[in-house]
Amino acid sequence: MWSLLGQSSRGGFFGYDSAVATVEASLFPRLSTSVSESRDSTRHSAVVRATHWVNALSFFGLLVSGFAILLAHPRFYWGEAGGIGTPSVLDLPLPFMRGGPSGWGRNLHFLSAWVGVLNGGVYLLSGVLTRHFSHDLLPARAELTWRSLSRSVLSHLRFERPAVGTYNILQRLTYLGVIFILFPLLLWTGFAMSPAIVSVVPAFVTVLGGQETARTLHFFIADFLVLFFVVHIAMICLAGFWNLVRAMVTGHAAAK
Amino acid sequence: MSDLSSVKTAPHGAGIRTAPHGATRRKIITTGLAAAAGASGLAVATRLADRYGLIPPDHFGLYGVGKTLTYASQRILTTRHSMAREFNRSDISKVCPVNGDPPEDESFQRLLAGGFKDWRLKIDGLVARPASFSLQDLKQFPARSHITHQACEEGWSFIAECVGVPLSYVLNRVGVLPEAKYVFFFSFGPKQKWGSLDMFDAWHPQTLLAYGMNGQEIPLRHGAPVRVRVPRQLGFKSIKYLSRIVVTDTVTGFGKGLGSSSPERGFSWYGGI
Repeated sequence: MWSLLGQSSRGGFFGYDSAVATVEASLFPRLSTSVSESRDSTRHSAVVRATHWVNALSFFGLLVSGFAILLAHPRFYWGEAGGIGTPSVLDLPLPFMRGGPSGWGRNLHFLSAWVGVLNGGVYLLSGVLTRHFSHDLLPARAELTWRSLSRSVLSHLRFERPAVGTYNILQRLTYLGVIFILFPLLLWTGFAMSPAIVSVVPAFVTVLGGQETARTLHFFIADFLVLFFVVHIAMICLAGFWNLVRAMVTGHAAAK
Repeated sequence: MSDLSSVKTAPHGAGIRTAPHGATRRKIITTGLAAAAGASGLAVATRLADRYGLIPPDHFGLYGVGKTLTYASQRILTTRHSMAREFNRSDISKVCPVNGDPPEDESFQRLLAGGFKDWRLKIDGLVARPASFSLQDLKQFPARSHITHQACEEGWSFIAECVGVPLSYVLNRVGVLPEAKYVFFFSFGPKQKWGSLDMFDAWHPQTLLAYGMNGQEIPLRHGAPVRVRVPRQLGFKSIKYLSRIVVTDTVTGFGKGLGSSSPERGFSWYGGI
C-alpha cells in the first residue's frame, strides 16, 4: 500500500501501470527483477492483467454455479415455454436435483455475473482508450485472406512455435469473437430470461423467439466459452505454461 | 471509519521515507482525499439506497452484494408501469407443470372438503380497516385477467391465463397506511411457505390474487383456492394456498427476518432475476 501510493507517476494507464509494477516488485521480487530495465517490452498492460484474472475468477464462479442451476432441470426446450410433459430439444444424462444446488447456484451466478460485467466494462473502456483492441487484436487486412488464414491453421496443426510478441491471426479472431460475440450473447440471453428486465425491454426475448429458447441458447453459448477455455489452457501448456502465466501476472515473459 | 484513518495516515509516513518531492506529496494528499471521498461516497450511496428502498431484506454476506446490485438496478430500471409480456389465448400451454404438494394441514383439508366455502382471507397489519374476505367476496370485486409466462427458478415454464382481483384493489379497500413497506403472504400449515413483496410490486396492476386459471377454478396443486400472481418475478414469488396477508413496515419478526421463507432455504428474496 505504501509503495503504491508513494509511487510518482511514470506514465502508464493513469499512472496505474507503474503503481501495480511496484506492488508486484514487492510481492514477487524474484519474478519481476527486470521490471525497471525492460519497461518498454511490457507484454500485457496492467489493466489487461488485472481484468484477466478478475475475469478468470468470475468465469469460474459462473461455470460452477451455472452447472449447479442446470442440475435442477437438465432439460432444454424451444420457444416460450416448456417442462416435464412437453417435448424437449435436449435431455442431458444428468439427475434432476431439486432444492439446494440451484439456490446457492443462483446466488453465486449473479454475484459472479456482476463481477464479470463490471470488470468487463473496465476492460472494454481501457481497451478503447489504450487502443489495445485496434493495436493488438484487430487483424490487418492482409491477414484476412484465405492464404494467410490457411497458413496460420497449418502452422498450428504442425505445432510450430508462433512468433512471440504479437498475436497471430487465429488468436486475434478468437479473442475478438470471445470478447465481442460470445460474452455479449451470454449477457443478452441471460437478460432474456429475466421477467423484470423483459418487462422493460421485451425485445430481449421476442427477438430470440421465447424464454426457453433464450435458456437453451444461453447453455450452448456457455459451452462455446468452455470450449474456448479448454483450448486456451491447452495452448498455454503447449507454449510454456509458467512463462505465459508469469507474463499475465507480471507483464513480462522470461528473456530468451 | 477506522479503516479510513489508517489509509490516510499510512501514505504520509511512506511519502517522507521514499520521495519527499512536492509532486509526490501532492499525489499522496490527492490519493488520501480520493480515498476519503470514495468511502464517504459509498456511505452516502448506502443511505440513499436504503431511503429509496433499493436494498433487499436478504442483503447479508458476500452473496448479498450481488443480490443488492441486482435488486437496486432492476428497481431503477423497471417503472411501476413496465408490464410483464401478455400473450394470446392460442399461446396458452397445454401442459402446466407444477411443483410441491398441497398443505397436509388439517384446517386446510377441512376447507378443501367443504369446497372452500368457509375459507377466509385475513388482511391486517398497517391498514386502516383490517378485513376478512370470503372467496365469494373476492369474486365480486372487479376482476382482471392476464395471459402471462410463469417460469420456475428451476428452468421450466408455462403460459397460463389467470383471473383474480388486483392486489391493489384489495389494498385500497383496507386502506394501506403510508408507512407500509412490505406486503406479507402466508400459506396454510406448519411447513407453510410465506413471502413478501415490496410496495412497488404490491401496487403493480398485474399483481393478482388469482382464483381462476385457464377458464376454471384454480387447480388444487396450483394453489387453490387463491394464490398470488406476480408475473414480473419467478414462480416462487407467487405464494399458493393463501390464508393471510399482513402489511408491515419491517421484515423483522417474520421468520429469520429475511423477508420470506425462500432465503431461509438458500434462495433469494427477490425473484425478478
